[in-house]
Amino acid sequence: MSASYTKLKRKKAIYGYAFIAPMMIGFLLFMAGPIVAAGWYSLTSYSLLQPSEFVGMDNYAEILSKDDSFWETLRNTLYFSAGLIPLNLLLALSLALLLSSKLRGIGLFRTAIFTPVVTSIIIWAIVWKYIFATDAGLLNQLLHFFGIKGPAWLYDKDLAMPVVIVTSVLKKVGMNMVIFLAALQDVPKMYYEAATIDGASKWKRFTAITLPMISPALFLTLIITLIGSLKVFSQIVVMTDGGPGTSTSVLVYYIYKLAFKNYELGYASAVAFVLFFLVLALTVVQWKLRKRWVHHEE
Amino acid sequence: MKSKTNRYLWNGLQYALLSIVTIIIVMPFFWMLTTSLKDRNKIFQFPPQWIPKPFVWSNYKEVFTAQPDFLLHYWNSLYIAVLVTAGTCIVGALAGFAFAKLSFPGRNVLFLVLLSGMMIPTEVTIIPNFIWFSKLGIIDKHFPLIIPPMLGAGGIFGVFLLRQFYITIPKDMDEAAEIDGCGPWLTFWKIMLPMTTPAFATLAIFTFLNSWEDFLDPLIYLNSSKLYTLPISLRMFTDMAGTDWHLLMAASVMATLPLLLVFFFAQKRFVEGVSTTGLK
Repeated sequence: MSASYTKLKRKKAIYGYAFIAPMMIGFLLFMAGPIVAAGWYSLTSYSLLQPSEFVGMDNYAEILSKDDSFWETLRNTLYFSAGLIPLNLLLALSLALLLSSKLRGIGLFRTAIFTPVVTSIIIWAIVWKYIFATDAGLLNQLLHFFGIKGPAWLYDKDLAMPVVIVTSVLKKVGMNMVIFLAALQDVPKMYYEAATIDGASKWKRFTAITLPMISPALFLTLIITLIGSLKVFSQIVVMTDGGPGTSTSVLVYYIYKLAFKNYELGYASAVAFVLFFLVLALTVVQWKLRKRWVHHEE
Repeated sequence: MKSKTNRYLWNGLQYALLSIVTIIIVMPFFWMLTTSLKDRNKIFQFPPQWIPKPFVWSNYKEVFTAQPDFLLHYWNSLYIAVLVTAGTCIVGALAGFAFAKLSFPGRNVLFLVLLSGMMIPTEVTIIPNFIWFSKLGIIDKHFPLIIPPMLGAGGIFGVFLLRQFYITIPKDMDEAAEIDGCGPWLTFWKIMLPMTTPAFATLAIFTFLNSWEDFLDPLIYLNSSKLYTLPISLRMFTDMAGTDWHLLMAASVMATLPLLLVFFFAQKRFVEGVSTTGLK
């Protein structure tokens, strides 16, 4: 090793640190530090009304044993996830399969279905709220045309959440569709040709070739969609504001209300940490199961 | 013969299914545009007016008189999103390049640490961030909407995406630059950066959208109405008396347009970028 080589190496290292410095500092200040602080606050009674006191696990004990609102918002969040995920993935996969054939004008469909992905969720939710309006909403007007009296969609505690779910699916389905589309294109054509020669039916080819081959993409989108659904917030505020009653109040909405309406910052941090643990657990599950569930990965 | 009829039938069915989904997805855009051009009295008319009659273009002008600050809010959203996007691209390119192409002690550990930050939901860090920003007196300013997204979760996504991109660039490229006497900075600036455009396109459009539709941050940090951004501003078309739907839709059209235009122009490259980077 010559002296100039070591010098070059050191120079590269200095540049390396300098290049990552802004990101690392930002990470420490706005993410790593705050997550530690949030953990600390969750053990205190920090609020604007009373001096902060260390209360140990009291907040968590209260959340888990006494806080009915927490359990309700958790139930609502899981209901949202359970409705959103199968709908989103099935629709995205079906659309990707339909679009992967060589039909004319397919690009137009792809662009149209992707458009909501690049539209602000706020505006998307506003327009759908307008369409689902009780008296003058487009949907109920159309139903009226067929002699059906439409329900008060967003003001009915059994219907509000399904409406929010459908709105959310339509917003994001294009994203998963494009990911599936890319995965489908990566499946080598010769597998299908070989299977066809062996007399495999369309369905058999789908289950024996397509599904295993795109399983990495399926698994990835499943986890991303699931984690995203646990953090649903904007469309809830715009469309229902948590209502009617508390039927669409979800975790992040609850955290927001606790922290920034009631200023119970310590308690809110504890609820936020429950959300953090959920996301963490899901990410770990993703890492662990990736190898077992996913058939094909280089 | 039979198989040919079958194929036509199958194609027809495919078109039909695709058309149904496409109509459902395009309809809100159409309805937003139609309503934005309707006379205020015709909005709730039955049967619904598909094409406004007459076209009331003045609705668009009325948006600015009904909400005198709308233009200001639009500008706030725009300049914040542009800054966040530019910043994220720069920070992401610098760190992405370093993690992909420069070797230094602790590189892989630092990258893993950074990557673990992707698991931290912004919804959790927002409380401590709010507390220390208030103590420093930097709330009710645009700072919390610009710097933390750029250097926090959004920044990490950028670093990750651009590192993946730089890794695919063959080693010969930077070795050749090195032999020509380029230091790390020149290699980055002259060789790598110009090649990054396609990856920037994907990163930029998502970063811009994230900032443009950010709702929680302005809701929490902004009090002065002069500082509001579009997501908050759009709520102001609803008051005790109800919602001015024709104005709200006109405002929404204006707020949707910039991103949609960029998307339609960069559409092909963008969708390709999403499908490749989204996966790996």
